[in-house]
Formats: sequence, structure tokens, C-alpha cells
Amino acid sequence: MSGTALDPRTAPTFPMAARAAMGDTQLRKNVRHATDVIQAKRARVVGEMPDWQALREAGKQIRQHTMEHLDYYLEEFERNCTKAGGVVHWARDGAEARRIIVELVKASGSDEVIKIKSMTTEEIQLNTALEEAGIHPYETDLAELIIQLGEDQPSHIVVPALHKNRQQIREIFMRTMNLPELGEKPQDLADAARKFLREKFLRVKTGVSGANFLIAETGGVCVVESEGNGRMCLTLPETLITVAGIDKVLPRFADLEVLLQLLPRSATGERMNPYNSVWTGVDAADGAGLKDGRSLRDGPKEFHVVLMDNARTKVLADEEGRQTLHCIRCGACQNACPVYRQTGGHAYGSVYAGPIGAILTPQLQQMHHAQSLPYASSLCGACYEVCPVKINIPEVLIHLRNKVVKDAGMTVESLAMKTMGMIFRSESRFRAAQRMGRMAEAPLVRKDGQGEGWIGWLPGLLGGWTQVRDLQAMPKETFREWFEGRGHRDQGKGPRGVADGK
Amino acid sequence: MGSDMATNGLAAKVEILRRIRKATGASAAGSAAEMVRAEWAGLARGYQRAPRLEQEAVIELLEERLKDYDARVFRVAESEVAATVASRLVARRKTKIVIPVGLPENWVPEGFGFVVDAGLTAAELDKLEGVMTGSTVAIAETGTVVLQNVPGQGRRAATLVPDYHLCVVRVEDVVETVPQAMDRLGATAAVATTFVSGPSATADIEMTRIKGVHGPRSLDVILVG
Repeated sequence: MSGTALDPRTAPTFPMAARAAMGDTQLRKNVRHATDVIQAKRARVVGEMPDWQALREAGKQIRQHTMEHLDYYLEEFERNCTKAGGVVHWARDGAEARRIIVELVKASGSDEVIKIKSMTTEEIQLNTALEEAGIHPYETDLAELIIQLGEDQPSHIVVPALHKNRQQIREIFMRTMNLPELGEKPQDLADAARKFLREKFLRVKTGVSGANFLIAETGGVCVVESEGNGRMCLTLPETLITVAGIDKVLPRFADLEVLLQLLPRSATGERMNPYNSVWTGVDAADGAGLKDGRSLRDGPKEFHVVLMDNARTKVLADEEGRQTLHCIRCGACQNACPVYRQTGGHAYGSVYAGPIGAILTPQLQQMHHAQSLPYASSLCGACYEVCPVKINIPEVLIHLRNKVVKDAGMTVESLAMKTMGMIFRSESRFRAAQRMGRMAEAPLVRKDGQGEGWIGWLPGLLGGWTQVRDLQAMPKETFREWFEGRGHRDQGKGPRGVADGK
Repeated sequence: MGSDMATNGLAAKVEILRRIRKATGASAAGSAAEMVRAEWAGLARGYQRAPRLEQEAVIELLEERLKDYDARVFRVAESEVAATVASRLVARRKTKIVIPVGLPENWVPEGFGFVVDAGLTAAELDKLEGVMTGSTVAIAETGTVVLQNVPGQGRRAATLVPDYHLCVVRVEDVVETVPQAMDRLGATAAVATTFVSGPSATADIEMTRIKGVHGPRSLDVILVG
């Protein structure tokens, strides 16, 4: 994986990227190990909550209610945030959000920013835009730092560097932080990050964050994190710029009592993550009576929130797809997904990988950019079961597959399907097709040495089927043929592979 | 930027709200406040809100959950707080400790270098070895201490930059569940608030919890009462 941003418009399709990922045994080992650990931790702390299902239902209803009145709650948030001294900006798309943020950073007088891990800023490739404007962004979350220094891309919503193990991380830190003596214990690596970033926290005057929740009732913002890097970025800079999708709003402060129970247990398998910060606008305390320009103000003196649409309203307009917006970005569906667990996140070609990515990316990026993602699932339903706000991901996947087919209009494939339908409707046509099939497949069948015939390659359009699996050759005789012919032959001898118990 | 940005901003807001209303079928004037409030009040909330345990068991649960996060916990009477603080600071070998304005004086022992946070800069905080605060509420079920920017707890930076946090929690401020805590916090929701659950940590390397990244690497809690 290179430093090129994950962009669904340019990324290879899922089956192609997945094939490459499947060949990387180290990556698969790392992903398998990490997802195993998180799943076990999650199961333990979810299991100790007797009211977990009631919490999920409440979470779902809060999110659903919010989406139904999104305009109301966004305006309420804007009013209250403004009243508290915050400045609210609106961005129709990623380009507009990038432009606003770059202008705000420039106006703050800084050519550097410290950043809290934010999938929204990854979604709009903010770092590239900042660098192009001559502004250096420092990622401060440990995993994001690993990604940034390793010129890599995030592969998981919560643990973006989950595809790297400690030796690989050590190698990146030794090289980029110039630490030839660095130990390889996770603690050594965390200590190195602490030292590397501390100086930046104390020096850089502008911070950029995402948001876990925007609270309409108070105009407050909530950020959930572990390391304290978030708190550093939220409290030490003079200017703070928070960018949030319009889907992040919550009606009331009290609603946190549901989400702050669902999110940590689902995301990292903890009863509560180490730090949650809630702040509202700008603290009014100032330096009155203090010397040397000191101030008792708690946090930045300037605070901006950028509310970004970037196709979320398109998702909202699709009644069946709308529940995708309920997502609180916990990553539990990724950890539980048998497909993600094999391929890792990069194969999805989007910063939103796994089951939620398979439904979010195509909807955010227009269907034609991400046609294969709705198929990157076995529809086993594990994602739905672990989702803390009960997003029925398999239902949305099927809905999107339907859309892909409908949007494609009349194609060779749909024509073939129509023909199949015609054949299946008539017994004689069906029998004829079976005989034809046996003749047509003959040149493609190879024997496996145990009497079975397999087809590993099909031509043209049919090639999609054999790209990732072998097809068993058709039997010499169909059941019907055997059944009708059984009086003329030895009793008890069945069609090959059936009566002889294979 | 200035007026140009403001004009663009208004156009963007109008357009986003138009898209939302078109998508949800809401009227162009937006939803009626009463209706939205009534719907919100009707949302299913079948989860646990009231405590299940006796108060003493709640305190024990908090102790156990804090220890799970590698915090040290000490249960003492109000009259013993200062002496306990002194013995913790000796055990941790910390002397330069920042305290917020309004911390009860009888909690602060003699003979240590306590510095009151009167607008200390981040660089000054970075030179101090620890911080001592009170707390607004503690949640037993999750092992969480909640701090707010009020007298005795102070600014967020002060409990973040120094490497050690000594937090005093009164037993009457301990609740069992998260909803109970949110009820208590509702009145001061607009004050900067931090939920602290153990020392700073990360699981970003192979999902192993590593204690201490950027926030305080050690946390002691003194339970009073």
C-alpha cells in the first residue's frame, strides 16, 4: 500500500484488490489477530450488560428520530453553539469543507496543525489539501501517526493501523523519528510517540478535530478517545476547527447516556474509553486581573465547527439506505465480518472499509464509483448482530445490489438472465439446455484425479464466476435422466456421485 | 475570507437544509418544536437507569473497576485526606503539584510544592509533576471519574499535561450507572467536561492495552467517606 489516498474513484475494484491482499500473509495474520482480540473483549463487556438489547433499541430510535428531524436539530445546534461563542460553517461537499478549513487555518496565522484522528477528514483527504496550501498537519493519534509516518492508508475505522504489527511499527518509528535504539515492546513504541508529539502539542497553535457527537440542545461537541492526544488538541491550541458530517448531531445532552454506553463497548471492548471530552463553544473566562497575558480560559479562544453534507443528504433521501447514517463509527461490524477479516481494509478502496464501508462508500460516492462493494459480503448477518444501533447492513446491501442492477439497464448479463428465465420456464427447453451445456463445457473441464471434473476458467462475461472459485463440471447424467432410465438398468445403481455415497 | 465566506456560508446552509427537507419530506419551514419534543419524549428507553446495588456495593464496584484500569484506589475518612495525599506523593516521588482554585484547603498537606493554577501556560504545566483535583461525579459501572471546569476541578489542561493525577472523589458523588451520572451533569452541561476512565492508554498496537500515552500515565483515586 502506498501513500496514495484511498479514493473510491480511482481504487481498483474490490475483487481485484482483495486478491492482492489475500496474498499478503503478514497482513492477514495481523488483521486476524487484532480482530480476534477486539471481538473477544467486546463480547465480554457486552455480555455483562443485561440491558444491552434495550440500549441498542434506544440507540436506533434516537438516531432514527434525529435523521427524521435533521434540519431541526442542525439549526438548533448552530443556534446554541453560536450563542456559546462558536462559529458554525456549512459545507455542501468535501471541496467546500477543505476550502473553509484551509482558510480558517491561514486566518489563525499558523502553518501547522495538530490533528485528532478523524475519519471525516480522511474522507475528504484534508491532509493533502492542507499540504498543498503549505500547512503541515501532524496526526497525533498513535495509529494515525503510524499511518502518516509510514505513508500508509487507514484500514479500520477505530484502529487505522490494525494491519501493522509491532515489528513493522518499530521499523517505521526507527526510520522516521531517527531512533536506532528503539525497543520493540508496545510500551517503548508508545513512549516514543509521547516524546515525539509532546513538543508539537506545546508549540502548535491550531488544532483540527472530528466529532463523535454534536449536541443540539447545548451546542456542545463530544469527542471520544483513549490516548489523551484528543484532549491535547482540544484544549492547548488557540484555535480549534472541528469538522463533522451533518449526521453526527444528537438531540440532547441526556442522549449521551445511551451512546456513551454503546460506543466504547462496541468499539474497543472497554466499559468506557479513557477520555471523553464535552465542550461548548468558547470558555468566557479571560485574563482579567492576571499578568503577562495569562488567562484562566479553559481551551481555545476561537472555535469553529464545519458542518459537512458531502452526499449525506443523498443517503437520507433513500428511504431504505437512510439507516446507514445512523452509524456511530465503532468498527464492530468490521471486526465481525468474515470478508473483512480475510482481506483487511485497503481492499475496499475507501477509508470506510468492511460492512459499513460496503454500504456507506457507494452511497457517498455515487453508485458507479463503487459498484463491486455491495457484493463484498456473504450476507451472513454478523455485522447486523453486533451493530450497536441496529443498522440492518445485509438489508441495505441487497437494496444496493438491486440498485446496481437497475442502474445498469440492459446489459449482456441482464440479457443472459432473461434468456435463463425463458429456459427455466419450459421443461423441454431446460433439457435441451442441459445437453447443450455438457457439450459446450467439454473443452474446459479438467479432471482432478478423483473422477471429478472441474472448470477453473470460463470465457468472456462468465469469467467473473471462475475468477475466485472453480466450477464443478456438469454430471454425465441428470437426476431426471437417471430416474427415467432406471428400469432398463441394474436396480440400485444411482447417478454418479449420489447412490455410491459420495 | 470575511464577507465572501459569509455569503458562501449562507448559501451552503440554505442549500443543505433544502436538501434535507426534500429528503425527509419536512416542510420548508422546518418541523414544529412541540412535535419534535413530543416524539423525542416517546423514544423507547427500556435500559437500566436506576441503581441495582446498595450504595456500599456501588462504592466497592467503583473501586474494582478503577483497579481494572490500573488506577490505585484509597478509601479514607474526610479527616484523613491530607495525610493520604501526602503519603501518595511520597510513594510516587512527586513534589511539584498543580491544584485548581477552590480545592478544599483541608485536603492539601503541608510541605509539598503545590502551585495554584492561575492561568499557567502549557509549557509551565509541562514542568510540573502532577495534578490534584476533586470531581463532580463518579460512575461505578464503568470506573469513570467526571471532571468539570468548576472550583476544585479547574481547567482541562491542568489534568492533562502533568504526568500524574491524584483525584479525590466523595462517596456521595458516586453513582452506579451512566444514566444516573448524566442526570447529575445535566444542570452544568455547558461547562467543559471530561470523563476519565483510568490513565491515558492506547490499544493501537496489536490491540494490546498500553498504559500512558499523552495524558497522565498514573492515576490515584482517594475515595472520601
